[in-house]
Amino acid sequence: MGIVSVTNLKKTYGDFTAVDGISFEINEGEIFGLLGPNGAGKTSTINMIIGLSRPAAGEILVDGIDVRTQLKKAQAIMGIVPDESNLYNEMDGFENLCFCASLYGMRKEEREAKAVRLLEQFRLKEAGKRPFKAYSKGMRRKLTIAAALIHSPRILFLDEPTTGIDVESARQIREMIAGLKKQGTTVLLTTHYIEEAERLCDSIAFIVKGKIVASGSVPELMQSVSHGHAIQLVTDKNVESLAAELQGRFEGSRVEIRPDRSLVLVSERRIPLLPVMEFFDKKGIAVYEARELRRSLEDVFIRLTGIESAVLKKEKEKGGGGR
Amino acid sequence: MKGWIAFLNILKKDVKTYYLKPPNISWGIIFPLSWTLMQLIRTPGGSILQLLPGLISMSVLFGTTSMLAVTITFERSGRSFDRLLLAPISLSTMVLAKIMGAVLFGVFNSFVPVIFAAFFVNLSAVNWALVLPAVFLIAATSTLMGLLIAVSAKQVFEAQTFSNFFRFPMLFLCGLFVPLSSVPIFLRPLSYCLPLTYGTDILNGAIIGAGTLSPLLCFGVLIAFALALFLLCRHNINRKWIM
Repeated sequence: MGIVSVTNLKKTYGDFTAVDGISFEINEGEIFGLLGPNGAGKTSTINMIIGLSRPAAGEILVDGIDVRTQLKKAQAIMGIVPDESNLYNEMDGFENLCFCASLYGMRKEEREAKAVRLLEQFRLKEAGKRPFKAYSKGMRRKLTIAAALIHSPRILFLDEPTTGIDVESARQIREMIAGLKKQGTTVLLTTHYIEEAERLCDSIAFIVKGKIVASGSVPELMQSVSHGHAIQLVTDKNVESLAAELQGRFEGSRVEIRPDRSLVLVSERRIPLLPVMEFFDKKGIAVYEARELRRSLEDVFIRLTGIESAVLKKEKEKGGGGR
Repeated sequence: MKGWIAFLNILKKDVKTYYLKPPNISWGIIFPLSWTLMQLIRTPGGSILQLLPGLISMSVLFGTTSMLAVTITFERSGRSFDRLLLAPISLSTMVLAKIMGAVLFGVFNSFVPVIFAAFFVNLSAVNWALVLPAVFLIAATSTLMGLLIAVSAKQVFEAQTFSNFFRFPMLFLCGLFVPLSSVPIFLRPLSYCLPLTYGTDILNGAIIGAGTLSPLLCFGVLIAFALALFLLCRHNINRKWIM
């Protein structure tokens, strides 16, 4: 059983069903992505797991603890980064971190030492004595994440961690998330940026209108919509005339010539490169570039949900948050 | 122990962030002082001692009710209050920590007219053993009423408006300005439903020997009010803020 296990989870607001009987598991130490458009039910799902909202039906187990009956025990191992940076404006960075640590019962020396470490780790040491209200958006986001990590949680919930912040801060946050995985922390990440999820997540669930439409590891999801492997070759000569011969040489393959005159060899099975190179070498054709063409997670998302990923980004830019 | 650390730090944070701010300190001093002067000017030659129970009650009531309602509504609108709901501390610990700051602020307010009075009259006859717990309980019940408002308010101005709706009628019904015996008979049952009525009665008895009810009964009713309001607040927070 995973460290987070969600079974038939349902949430309704009056007549509106925000989450419609979803189930998923998150394994310990993995980064799990929950992807979907606005109003898909991502934040509602997270809120039910962390205890800010009550499910209409279903079961949530966190490290085997039933969240409905032992919420406070479960919250002790969770770190939560909401979609808004919600620390205290009047307090400085150091005070904010120390206060958050105290909510988890950490002693003064312990919380101060950890706060100093986190400020250094997030490159906020200089800003540590400045009030939170004076922080830039990126700095606010980083401090909010640091606050969620102050008690060394086993599971971190990150709701849109890089939305609306500067490129450098977003890069630092992504690095930090990857670093957490190395330390064995489990992460549940929701994001509008599909490429971010593809880069960071081990497993992903696509949620649309309160239902999970697909889930699995990133390679599994890719495989589910992929129809084979493809290698793109850039050569010094036009190889269009060799297409039929090449197809015959590699059984079950198909050759496409791209407008840029590069050749794409498509096959159900993976194609070893050496025989392909030898084929062209014997013909006296130089191959300058050979690379595997991979479908992106964005392609998978579009195929499974029918929603263009650009729409997701636009929704977020408009300022629409999840429920 | 962990709950205790969280309790103390929530209290410390609230006192430092909200109650020890210059506007609140000055308000906490100037407001009771103005009430005292106003009463003295209105009734020249009137004994400060006679005025003291009312001034203490008003200072506590005004110092506590809107203060907590405003700070909590402010934290709720900025979503920083979610941090407390997501912390592994019981709802009771959190509610107690939040009200304690306002209670201490109310107690501080109550001593402004006392200190002022000490310059003019001899307070040696005052029964402090009754005054101190009474002030604490008036502050606790008023703060909890403020919290009850905070659970219903979405904006800071709403919290302030709602506070006034019950604060001002309470002043006239609790026996502060108008003795309970002079309150219209149809309103008198309402007077006995207000915690401030019992707090004021204890103060009247302890300061000027003019209490009408048994202090033991008044303390019992105040404790019952505090407990009932605490449970009601906890229930409402659980029902309304954890949706």
